[in-house]
Amino acid sequence: MEAGIVSYGVYVPRHRITPTEIGKVWGVDGAAMGVGLNVRRKSVPAPDEDTITISTEALRTALARANIDPQQIGALYVGSESHPYAVKPSATVVAQAVGATPTLTAADFEFACKAGTAAIQTCLGLVGAGMIRYGVAIGADTSQGAPGDALEYSASAGGAAFVIGKERVICRVNQTTSYTTDTPDFWRREGQRYPSHGGRFTGEPAYFRHVTECAHRIMELTGTSPKDYRHVVFHQPNGKFPLRVGKQLGFTDEQMHYGLVTPAIGNTYSGAALIGLANVLDHAGPGERILVVGYGSGAGSDAFDLETTDAIAWFEKAYGRSVDYFLENGVEISYAMYAKFRGKIQMAGGE
Amino acid sequence: MSVARFWRETPRRYNLGGSKCTMCGTVYFPPRTVCPECTSHRQSIEKMVPFQLSGEGEVVSFTVVHEAAEGFELQVPYALALVKTREGPVLTGQIVDIEPSAVAIGLKVRATFRKLREEGASGVIHYGYKFTPLEESGSLPVAVSGERNST
Amino acid sequence: MREVAVLGVGQTKFGELWDRSFREIGIEVGLQALVDAKLSSQDLGGLYLGNMASGALIDQEHIAPLILDSVGLIHRHLPAVRVEGGGASGALALHQGYLAVASGLYDFVVVGGAEKLTDVPDETAARITSSAADQEWEVVFGATLPALWALMARRHMHDFGTTREELARVAVHAHEMGSKNPLAHYRNKITVEQVLNAGPVAEPLGMLDCAPLSDGAAAVVLGPMELARKHTDTPIRIAASQVACDTMALHHRREITRLDSTVVAARRAFDQSHRTPEEVQVAEIHDAYTISALVSLEDLGFVKKGRSGPEFASGRFGPGGTTVVNPSGGLKAQGRPFGAVGVAQVVELVRQLRGEAKDRQVPGASVGLAQDIGGTGATTVVHVLERTN
Repeated sequence: MEAGIVSYGVYVPRHRITPTEIGKVWGVDGAAMGVGLNVRRKSVPAPDEDTITISTEALRTALARANIDPQQIGALYVGSESHPYAVKPSATVVAQAVGATPTLTAADFEFACKAGTAAIQTCLGLVGAGMIRYGVAIGADTSQGAPGDALEYSASAGGAAFVIGKERVICRVNQTTSYTTDTPDFWRREGQRYPSHGGRFTGEPAYFRHVTECAHRIMELTGTSPKDYRHVVFHQPNGKFPLRVGKQLGFTDEQMHYGLVTPAIGNTYSGAALIGLANVLDHAGPGERILVVGYGSGAGSDAFDLETTDAIAWFEKAYGRSVDYFLENGVEISYAMYAKFRGKIQMAGGE
Repeated sequence: MSVARFWRETPRRYNLGGSKCTMCGTVYFPPRTVCPECTSHRQSIEKMVPFQLSGEGEVVSFTVVHEAAEGFELQVPYALALVKTREGPVLTGQIVDIEPSAVAIGLKVRATFRKLREEGASGVIHYGYKFTPLEESGSLPVAVSGERNST
Repeated sequence: MREVAVLGVGQTKFGELWDRSFREIGIEVGLQALVDAKLSSQDLGGLYLGNMASGALIDQEHIAPLILDSVGLIHRHLPAVRVEGGGASGALALHQGYLAVASGLYDFVVVGGAEKLTDVPDETAARITSSAADQEWEVVFGATLPALWALMARRHMHDFGTTREELARVAVHAHEMGSKNPLAHYRNKITVEQVLNAGPVAEPLGMLDCAPLSDGAAAVVLGPMELARKHTDTPIRIAASQVACDTMALHHRREITRLDSTVVAARRAFDQSHRTPEEVQVAEIHDAYTISALVSLEDLGFVKKGRSGPEFASGRFGPGGTTVVNPSGGLKAQGRPFGAVGVAQVVELVRQLRGEAKDRQVPGASVGLAQDIGGTGATTVVHVLERTN
């Protein structure tokens, strides 16, 4: 297809907390949990940050890098499972904050961790059909795990914004396909603070099945095999699952290297695979083929076969920060501070 | 604050849209309909045009607030500063992403988009500008101003 | 325009007046002032009432006729006007009363100021205090009124080398003076050490750099100088009454370490009264925050720009000094019921100029100056008063 990635930007909040620090509070060997999950630190949003602010910073970065007139954005979608409002879209606030209003369509997406990739597919369709000039797909989250639950060690915050269009494409999308079933591996009911999950059920029947099936499907459609790709990015709820599924599918650690960001910043949910892709693009030269296989609980997988163009060589990344910057930096905080930032402490007034 | 009262200012609070006097060139934020600098100030009515601030500036004074403004309690202690923007206007805003004790006069900053406050657990969320150190966060204009790619 | 004199004064104790309502403190000072001026209710022309926030504090707007009614004077259907200008509301009300008498439209007016800050929780009082700053462009972004003055203090320290110790001396002095004032909210003496170690509010300002939240009321009776002797042996002439305004937001000022509204109001007041700062023996200035007193001393013309810290520390403005500042204890120790402050400043000056200030007396005081500020300096009101005997 003609449409592809024109620009991208990432934002990860500044604070970090380690599994060791979390484990101390719950009487668990946090360091061992960290090793088991292959998560060294996770990002923590400040009290004044949320999915909307993260999305805005990431999108402003993307627009500045490619000098895109926000009035030329025809669609804007924010995919998250931690939208600040249950009803009232994050997308409209972001659209206003980047100056894209009023001539655009906008909506929020939810599909656990694959809301962002679903948004990219939608934008590809709109751009491809000639309905819009540029589409924006954002995957961002400030996800939470229940206190003391395994997810608490990995659920983190961050987001990536992608601008989809046909002009000045830096990474072409050759093919996209999906694999979707009704599989209740991980969910959160309306009004509940924290998600629930099916324990080990989230593994083989959920993550592994969908990622594997979808990866096979896209490689069938494109007539490729793992060796044809310079890079591969998987959804990464922890630092272990993607390495395992990658190996099972026949990919090398080297191919997975740039796409794996969870060990450094935790699982940014709707942001995860997209931040992984952004890291690949930060390091890629022209003509590099990339496979992205996202995953969202509930469950589904969206896959993309991509290839960087010559234009990526002069893509200006002067604005905002590179993914490496977020992976390598961060200020560690205590569990007490983390609990305060994440609203886990019951405040006066019952709110 | 009422829904309408906050919503009305979003083009200023989200986007840092100011104004410029076409007669004397002075830039204003928030925007003005008449120019206080022009000696014949009535003539400047209708001569003011929209002007986009970049959000970049430097700290000209700061304080570390311990007794919070309403809605800012969770952020105590926080740094509040007067930021002189590159284009001229001085704004009042929080400095984030830095230890409050590390803020100094002369610190180069740029605007970023953050939550200002929530009207309780069920009310509207107010967003607006705060400032982050330029060196750490990297340059990022609030809006791409100047030439637009409109081909 | 004819000359105006202060004929009578009244003031409640400032502090936490749990048992007294807004109406009650208004009644008390109104009657005190009328009695002190030996003014018959038949001769009263009207009431001006300074008040900043009665709506937010006691849910009551439209308070001027309420007070007129409460003091039993409603049957003559006199005019009663509320005047508001942030913390300068009382001084502004005085200016309006002065204009009314000077113009000849009324002969005698009562000017009162009152505020009940303890009728709301502390956090609400703090929010109301900040309502005198720019809500849309300062407060919504996290500024409080003390934080804005702290921004001024920080820059003043940066530009002129002013120290926290020099700021602290303002508070120490205020309490020293307040210890001699039976009406003061705080009568305890404090040390520089205590001020420096007090909990931070907005650095560099701490708890003891900031005036308290107080209830209180004050009132004066104004009348034409030509009729003054019928009411008092010691009429005090209002030699100047001037108001100047400036930008609402601190960030829009020409210089953040200078209060242009004070500079201009003072210049106008010294012009009107044909006086200079050197001739002022006693001054009641706006020390809501230690920095506001220091900057005010510079902008009123008592010291050169930037020199207020060392000059204040030298004792020039203390007992025996060239100009005694805030013998009442100021806003810091006497207290800060917003609308009452500006009137109370003049009440103190009148007592000083009459020679009735007892152990607070500034010897030979014949010229006094009162300065009150609204917000961070969007309004300044300056009065110059003179003894006539």
